[in-house]
Amino acid sequence: MNTHPLTVDIHQDRGGPKQALLEVRELKKYFPVRSTGFAAAPKFVHAVDGVSFSVAKGQTLGIVGESGCGKSTTARLVAKLMAPDSGSMVFDGDGVDEFRGIALKDFRRNLQMVFQDSFASLNPRLTVAQTIAFGPQVHGMGAQEANQLARDLLARVGMEPDQFGARYPHELSGGQRQRVNIARALAFDPRLLILDEAVAALDKSVQAQVLNLLQELKSERQLTYLFISHDLHVVHYLSDQVMVMYLGQIVEIGPVERIYGHAVHPYTQALLSAVPSMDPAQRTLASPISGDPPNPIDPPAGCRFHDRCPKAQAVCKAQAPRLLSVAADAAHQVACHLNDPQSGHGAPASSATYAGLPLREVSA
Amino acid sequence: MKIALSMPVSAAPALPGAAPLITTPIVSPGYWGTVWAQLRRDPIAIAAAAVLLLLVMAALLAPWLAPADPYKASMIKRLLPMGSAGHWLGTDELGRDLLTRLMYGGRLSLLMGVVPVAAAFVFGTSIGLFAGYVGGRVNMLIMRTLDIFYAFPSVLLAVAIAGALGPGLSNSLLALTLVFVPQVVRVAESVTTQVRALDYVEAARMSGASAFSIIRVHVLGNVLGPIFVYASGLLSVSMILASGLSFLGLGVKPPEPEWGLMLNTLRSAIYLNPWIAALPGAMIFITSIAFNVLADSVRSAMELRT
Repeated sequence: MNTHPLTVDIHQDRGGPKQALLEVRELKKYFPVRSTGFAAAPKFVHAVDGVSFSVAKGQTLGIVGESGCGKSTTARLVAKLMAPDSGSMVFDGDGVDEFRGIALKDFRRNLQMVFQDSFASLNPRLTVAQTIAFGPQVHGMGAQEANQLARDLLARVGMEPDQFGARYPHELSGGQRQRVNIARALAFDPRLLILDEAVAALDKSVQAQVLNLLQELKSERQLTYLFISHDLHVVHYLSDQVMVMYLGQIVEIGPVERIYGHAVHPYTQALLSAVPSMDPAQRTLASPISGDPPNPIDPPAGCRFHDRCPKAQAVCKAQAPRLLSVAADAAHQVACHLNDPQSGHGAPASSATYAGLPLREVSA
Repeated sequence: MKIALSMPVSAAPALPGAAPLITTPIVSPGYWGTVWAQLRRDPIAIAAAAVLLLLVMAALLAPWLAPADPYKASMIKRLLPMGSAGHWLGTDELGRDLLTRLMYGGRLSLLMGVVPVAAAFVFGTSIGLFAGYVGGRVNMLIMRTLDIFYAFPSVLLAVAIAGALGPGLSNSLLALTLVFVPQVVRVAESVTTQVRALDYVEAARMSGASAFSIIRVHVLGNVLGPIFVYASGLLSVSMILASGLSFLGLGVKPPEPEWGLMLNTLRSAIYLNPWIAALPGAMIFITSIAFNVLADSVRSAMELRT
């Protein structure tokens, strides 16, 4: 069941374990905004503005950030559901949709996506088995074989095929529908799975079951995950690497323990301090940052976080920080002047821990 | 991890009085199955369907069921009242049996109701699906072009086209089709645009399926319902418009029996024998109401309960 005839050749590992499965370089997407005035200059929402990262084989990259920070747009760009304005991707050594690279069709079979809205992502007129079998069938698999594959996959995600195969999406619970979505994504035996807020709409107990299922599937099928979420607990649980986004840009990226233990960027620190704790001694008294993210149509000059940052200085308004490695760990990169000795920022970089996070004073 | 809805097998022998284990899979009746089950329990839908069936049968079997010759006139028997011997529904201004002519007239009138709508359904759905799925400038171009047609009131447009093409059955069918196509396209386009943005269409695109198979499997099934309901509502409009064209002399020509035309010719008898003059109109009315009521019931039965 693990390999069906469609996918034998295009799914093999090419570059060995050290080569990143997916490398994304300078991805940009600006959405045009309808201009209000007559002959007004066209305006753009800077949804994703120069994002570069790589995902190692068999790892999970968690992408976190506030809503509107470009997480989902990044996912859609990576999935090629949307054409980027600029930027390129390399999948296991092959340029995606490039001359001598991997063809878009083959890339798509190697990469599947699970969406947030479990109901909207299933066709209400198809049975569960038909939905799962659709993909393989359009790639030439026989109806019988595709149906058998759908039944196998349903069983794998914990749903009795005899009982659920002929059901319609509205006859299932949210957790069951999300299992079906996972089964559909697995039908191509992909190597990379994009989980776009895949468990966000589920209640906690079901969420835990689905997360465990995802963990099992990952090791069983050597999957690599791109896990997008605003839930920091879930990201902590599932990810190997974490990428923090703010207004279409990466502010901090690194191994999960570095990010959760030694976050450098004031925004990441603020995000982490906003996570509710089970320990009553660690009560959050003041909100870590105030205000809403600035308008992505006119992002602030310099560091995009400067107008909400407690440590902002003159240099932050003037100059955009570069994404640089932290001294302690080369894999941990931060885009903040605090981390750049040459930036001219006065305060020394302080790496804060999850627990003892300096909260911003709320001045009355 | 496994979701087990049936009882564990080992528990069954311990309870002698327990109900037998459910071992057969729960089979869903299917979408159209549930629609049909719903309709069968709707007395109004059944009544409307029965009326329509009666009208269709009467029209189809007119040569065998009709008591007289629809074209045979008689100067002596002009405008006989209802209940006259040999002429239950009376006679028209030329002494032809009205029951016979109403039965024969149903053939053309029902045809003029169904054919333009069916043709508009096919063409309009195709254009609307294409425009909605492709989107962007193509969509804009198609929709704005059709808006030109849409800007005219349908009666006026039908009269203008039929007038330009000249009177006759096929021309009035064509005119009515042209009137309905933009309306169906509009509905089809807006539903397609909605469905297209849903995640399951994105997921289908992720699977690398061609636009054609995505439309066929994922879009068509989800847009056909609303379009079908809209089109079935047009059936009565089409009949009324066709009758109007005949009434104006742009449709079927005398002595052909057709309800709209009969309404026109019997108009002169309205002071002498108003009941007879109203009969063709009553037929149009009954048929329209039956179509509308049935369409309404089908729509509510087709709504997916979530």
